[in-house]
Amino acid sequence: MTADDRITAMHGAGGELMDRFLRDHILTAFTAKSAGRIGLDALDDGATVNLPTGGELVVTTDSHVVNPIFFPGGDIGRLAAAGTLNDLAVMGARPVALTLGLILEEGFPLVDLNRIIHSIAATLDEVGVPLIAGDTKVMGKGELDKIAINTTGVGTTAHAVSDAAISPGDIVIVTGTIGDHGMALLACREEFHLETTLESDVAPIWPLIERALAVGGIKAMKDPTRGGLAAVLNEMASKSGATIEIEESNIPIRDPVHGLASLLGISPLAVANEGKAVIVVAADAADAVLAALRAHPLGENAAIIGTVTAAYPGKVVLATAVGGRRFLEPPLGDPVPRIC
Amino acid sequence: MRDGRKQVRKYPRVNNLLLLSDPTRARALAQVIEKLAPEHPVKIVHVCGTHEATITEHGLRRFLPDNVEVLEGPGCPVCVTPTRDIDAAVKIARKGAILCTFGDMTRVPGTEMTLADARADGADVRVVLSAAEAVNIARHTDREVVFFGVGFETTTPMTAAILLDDPPPNLSVIVSHKLIPPAMTALLDLPDNRISAYLAPGHVSVIIGEYPYVPFPRDYGIPTVIGGFEPLDILYAVALILRQIKEASPKVENGYPRAVKPEGNRRALELIGRVFAPTDVVWRGIGTISQSGLRLRDEFAQFDARVRFGVTGEEGEETVPGCRCPDVLTARAVPTDCPLFRTTCTPLHPIGPCMVGVEAACNIWYRYGGRPKL
Repeated sequence: MTADDRITAMHGAGGELMDRFLRDHILTAFTAKSAGRIGLDALDDGATVNLPTGGELVVTTDSHVVNPIFFPGGDIGRLAAAGTLNDLAVMGARPVALTLGLILEEGFPLVDLNRIIHSIAATLDEVGVPLIAGDTKVMGKGELDKIAINTTGVGTTAHAVSDAAISPGDIVIVTGTIGDHGMALLACREEFHLETTLESDVAPIWPLIERALAVGGIKAMKDPTRGGLAAVLNEMASKSGATIEIEESNIPIRDPVHGLASLLGISPLAVANEGKAVIVVAADAADAVLAALRAHPLGENAAIIGTVTAAYPGKVVLATAVGGRRFLEPPLGDPVPRIC
Repeated sequence: MRDGRKQVRKYPRVNNLLLLSDPTRARALAQVIEKLAPEHPVKIVHVCGTHEATITEHGLRRFLPDNVEVLEGPGCPVCVTPTRDIDAAVKIARKGAILCTFGDMTRVPGTEMTLADARADGADVRVVLSAAEAVNIARHTDREVVFFGVGFETTTPMTAAILLDDPPPNLSVIVSHKLIPPAMTALLDLPDNRISAYLAPGHVSVIIGEYPYVPFPRDYGIPTVIGGFEPLDILYAVALILRQIKEASPKVENGYPRAVKPEGNRRALELIGRVFAPTDVVWRGIGTISQSGLRLRDEFAQFDARVRFGVTGEEGEETVPGCRCPDVLTARAVPTDCPLFRTTCTPLHPIGPCMVGVEAACNIWYRYGGRPKL
């Protein structure tokens, strides 16, 4: 048996390998895959169920593991709650309820568990969402690394926003600085011995998205988590067969994120964000949506970063800060630092 | 969450870095390059994965006239590591040692398997970011720990330093370190190299200085300019090269004086010299290059993992049929010239070593979308 015959970390890293794994091993195994307009095959942030009373119920689920479990700016609890709430938000759905599945390693300190649970509760309180069901399992010492958390969220909307409906002329907006979460976690990895001021951006963004939705003109939304901005832009471009052209110098990136990125040789566009959204809007709504986003503290750094064209169908073109141009390819998996 | 033991490093001053990718200055340099460029084709070869990453990541080829090409030579330490070294590492790992190496090395094909395959099969192969990390692992176990040391003059001083700093008795090293200047000479000795100039590697030059490059202009008439790693560093170095070509005055020029001193880093060179001696080694895709590698000096023989584990180097298959890595590594082809590129050879299923290393030409062109005229 070679490494190719086994599941590797790359299968869960959000890159091309994971995409191929989902298509070859999951999607083909099921025949019934939808209960509404957006189903499993769409590989969107969530799926829709048609409500008998009109409108759509949006359902999404996400499992979370992170190392370390407490990191600058957050912890695995806040991540698990915000991650699922944000998947609902970028489907255009008001979060209604959350469930919580805990898998714990035998010997996990109760004091740490309490911290995590209170963090989940505080995150839900920020957006007024109840926790309505849950499950707990304990695995033997060494059978799991500390803790894994699954959350499932449900939300409602009149008409869910997919990630596949962009067309030439549309404008691409990000709701804030890019790369904060991924770089903060890289910085606190033991082997790098780095001390920085970086903090994760993990936060529930429904209050921000709600304002943008109220303006109207929104074509597509995604939250750039695993695989970062590069992954979601490519996903949007390829699902719509359109081209997204991005101005690198317009992407808001904090100085310390830039600094660490160049130190490690890892692009800030390829690492996770946990409190941001990419919003594609009709050109005539762009300024109003931007203004609405910037009026909220979570969106104060929102910026227009590019436009949708038809030049290279399915591709993302990056006009680099220095004035060059290249394709922005989706990351293959978790980025690794260069040797020299 | 922090303790006093940890070393604190500051991230670089960003303002300065941003200046080095200022679009107005880049346009001005592009105009200079345009003016200096001759009518005939110019082939500039660099030997550094980080140069290729900067050039491709920032889309810099857009600034160059069509007849000026910049190609990567044997600049990726992962790619040029020969099969026999991978085979030795696999054998040692399967004998029960903890085998520590840099991330990309685990995916380089050996004769039978990669180190990642060996790990999937139960061997203890660990990815480290530095030689010091392997020492740390060795200090906390009774098992044998082997560091697979690859890289050019930039990583070699670290391997030397751990061997000079009272290493634990259960640590040994597979030495696969190589020297850049002999490889640059070997490229110039290839009959069909068509090389017009060298863009010499900034990081390696920080260690070795300017003098080792002197034979290139003197004996081969090849302009040689040391370049840094920010976008403007590279455009500046290209401009210096084109000026030398225009004036027909080949010489070694330092385009990265803020980091490179003429004499290099004497302390690092001394560390290398105390532990290692030059020897003939095989470069994957190129063959044996005289005095281009390093071996442990006799007084450090007890740290030689090959000796400790009784593993001898045997000739391995260096290239796969159809794979043009040998041409790519010697700057005689670009990745898109290879029929396997993007078709059967991808970073997920690399056929040749140039697709494995993140510093390798094929891998970089795959990730950054090659050299399209956008």
